Amino acid sequence: MTRKQRRLILIGSSLGVLAIAVALILSALRQSIVFFNSPSDIVEQHVASGARVRMGGLVKPGSVARGADLRITFAVTDGKSDIPVAYQGIVPDLFREGQGVVVEGRMANGLFQADTVLAKHDERYMPREVVDALKKSGRWQEREGTQK
Amino acid sequence: MIPELGHYSLVLALALALIQSVAPLIGARANDSALMRLSNSTALMQFAFVALAFGALAACYLTSDFSVANVYENSHSRMPTIYKFTSTWGNHEGSMLLWVLILSLFGALVAAFGLNLPATLKANVLAVQAWVASAFYLFILFTSNPFLRLADAPFEGRDLNPVLQDPGLAIHPPLLYLGYVGFSIAFSFAIAALIEGRIDAAWARFVRPWTLAAWMALTVGIAMGSYWAYYELGWGGWWFWDPVENASLMPWLAGTALLHSAVVMEKRNALKVWTILLAILTFSLSLIGTFLVRSGVLTSVHAFANDPTRGIFILGILVLFIGGALALFAWRAPLLKQGGLFAPVSREGALVFNNLFLTTACATVLVGTLYPLALEALTGEKISVGAPFFNLTFGPLFIPLLAAMPFGPLLAWKRGDLYGAAQRLMAAAGIALVAIAVTYVAEGGDVTLAPFGIGLALFVMGGALTDLVERTGVFRLPFPAALGRAAGLPRSVWGTAVAHFGIGLTLLGIVSETHWAAERIVALKPEQSVVIRHYQLTFDGIIPREGPNYREQAAKFTVRSGGEVVGVMMPSKRTFMARGSTTTETALMTHGLGQLYLSLGDFNADGSIAVRIYQKPLVLLIWLGAVVMMLGGALSLSDRRLRVGAPKPAGRKPALAPAE
Repeated sequence: MTRKQRRLILIGSSLGVLAIAVALILSALRQSIVFFNSPSDIVEQHVASGARVRMGGLVKPGSVARGADLRITFAVTDGKSDIPVAYQGIVPDLFREGQGVVVEGRMANGLFQADTVLAKHDERYMPREVVDALKKSGRWQEREGTQK
Repeated sequence: MIPELGHYSLVLALALALIQSVAPLIGARANDSALMRLSNSTALMQFAFVALAFGALAACYLTSDFSVANVYENSHSRMPTIYKFTSTWGNHEGSMLLWVLILSLFGALVAAFGLNLPATLKANVLAVQAWVASAFYLFILFTSNPFLRLADAPFEGRDLNPVLQDPGLAIHPPLLYLGYVGFSIAFSFAIAALIEGRIDAAWARFVRPWTLAAWMALTVGIAMGSYWAYYELGWGGWWFWDPVENASLMPWLAGTALLHSAVVMEKRNALKVWTILLAILTFSLSLIGTFLVRSGVLTSVHAFANDPTRGIFILGILVLFIGGALALFAWRAPLLKQGGLFAPVSREGALVFNNLFLTTACATVLVGTLYPLALEALTGEKISVGAPFFNLTFGPLFIPLLAAMPFGPLLAWKRGDLYGAAQRLMAAAGIALVAIAVTYVAEGGDVTLAPFGIGLALFVMGGALTDLVERTGVFRLPFPAALGRAAGLPRSVWGTAVAHFGIGLTLLGIVSETHWAAERIVALKPEQSVVIRHYQLTFDGIIPREGPNYREQAAKFTVRSGGEVVGVMMPSKRTFMARGSTTTETALMTHGLGQLYLSLGDFNADGSIAVRIYQKPLVLLIWLGAVVMMLGGALSLSDRRLRVGAPKPAGRKPALAPAE
């Protein structure tokens, strides 16, 4: 084998692996990305039933109701729209009324069936998505956003 | 006084770094040995001053000096001493100080122990090291000064984020930074080689120990972070494909590739340009990781506070160093001479295969991590890319890599015998096939990935052992002869086998955890029991307890197996007084290599409590595998070959002893 042939094999196999990787990335992106929405987005854009989405906002005060078998329902609000959420399982430590939350799941008949509930990690700041959702609906005061 | 001293030390370190950025370069050009040697002293003194600065901040934390804003924000007088110390880096400013401390430590180590390096190479390496250091000193001094004072010193601090009040904080960040920052040495060597326009096998020999040391620290650092997340976050998961995790995984993948390509370069004088590029990319990924984690572009436990100026500053550093290094590479790399030839089927070929798949896998992680950020910046659309994406991309690329791994060490340099290697791997393949069959039957013919995963893991481990068996001839030769051969094997051979075996262990743990973890989420009232696998857990009641800076509601569970009491587990909820925040403390019970995992949820009005229970067989292998990988690295590091020309034990001492 000449040097040139060897180099061709090397370049060819590199491009082959790269092509496989690109194909994998593209197909995975089509299948598995999740869009983020505020409650208003969901109301206004009529997110398709069954599509997997993330939604962020505040847990509406007074909306949390717990049922049997660790079922919990609450409303997520961005001040303009509220979306009722149902979840079964254990909610994070920092899940509280009036606090920021991000839920992931699907919309079904006006009810958001969440399979994941994320609260913030630290009481000092909100998930950035929640801040942006609140800013969009005009409910965000910079004072709340300060870190100190 | 102490914080001002720390601040001043840092400024002095910056001044030294600025001198070191220029003087040795001029020295190397003009062949002025005095100027070149200057870099030794500045590197050592830089470390001394940064250590002083770090010590000053630690002293402020240990004495709970709340007149320092950083201490006020992140400490509490009633925290245990160990957490007072670790909270030094449990915040943005302090963790950046730790970053530069380790950076200057590596610089000092090169200065002190790189006695066998050619003078110009060493001078250039230390100069590049100083560029990086200067950039980060400026970053700290301008945007993240940990020594700022408050006008009125508050009486009490605001406490450290409760999630961080854990021994994990003492281990995970320092190890991770040792890894991240350790790759800066490989970067500096690469840039120095490009500046000189000359590179040879000796270069690889100089770089490899540093890369190996950094890789070992990063391996265990990542594993430790994973274990910490596993027991602290209470979801039973050990890897979330969170961007900050990816930020540490990417340098690891590139660094692993670099270790392997440096072998080719050292042994065969080939792949030089590629190795240089990998060295640049590995540290670039470390910088990108630092940017992702420290700039506040991501929401995570690791983002302490977001201040846009910091993000822009780090982005500037990133662009300067990555862009500059790649530009220099494009300009100078053609000067480097190409080395040895090899057939596609050969040890070199196998290592190229390894590099190809590792870097491609790394690229998919990079895409998955940056795509959401880029999309949001460009279109405002917010998406999240999670585990499914990575399972679909990273997984398929890693499987062929693992399957090919046992072949590599069995192939000869230059031209290998694939058929011969396959023959020698028959035993390992046989074990793997039996395991696949057994698992398949045990799973009731359920076609999942589990049998395949177990088979692959055993093949990887069997392959690692095959290499040792072949080389020692333990089944062919009389035992004493085999023992003699085993003792005569280079340590790096042992290191390779042990590290590869460790990967198999981790894979075994991952497969087992993914497929055979049992989960139960229930609400229990006192005296009620729940059964998971062969364990019966009885909830005895809530016991209130007091910690130094928190109050705790511990739930007592008695664990029985076959009617016998095997242990008591006490998961709890802690409420930290200063912040009024609550954390969940999981309880773990280890049995063999498996674990029983208990985490509390809400306390309900009817007196019941929500509990999440997992039984995870072989889960410890995930992290033990990483420790075994590190031991493999340590064995390899102790190989004489890597220390050839190293200073003799009783040799001359460096002009200045490194400060502790």
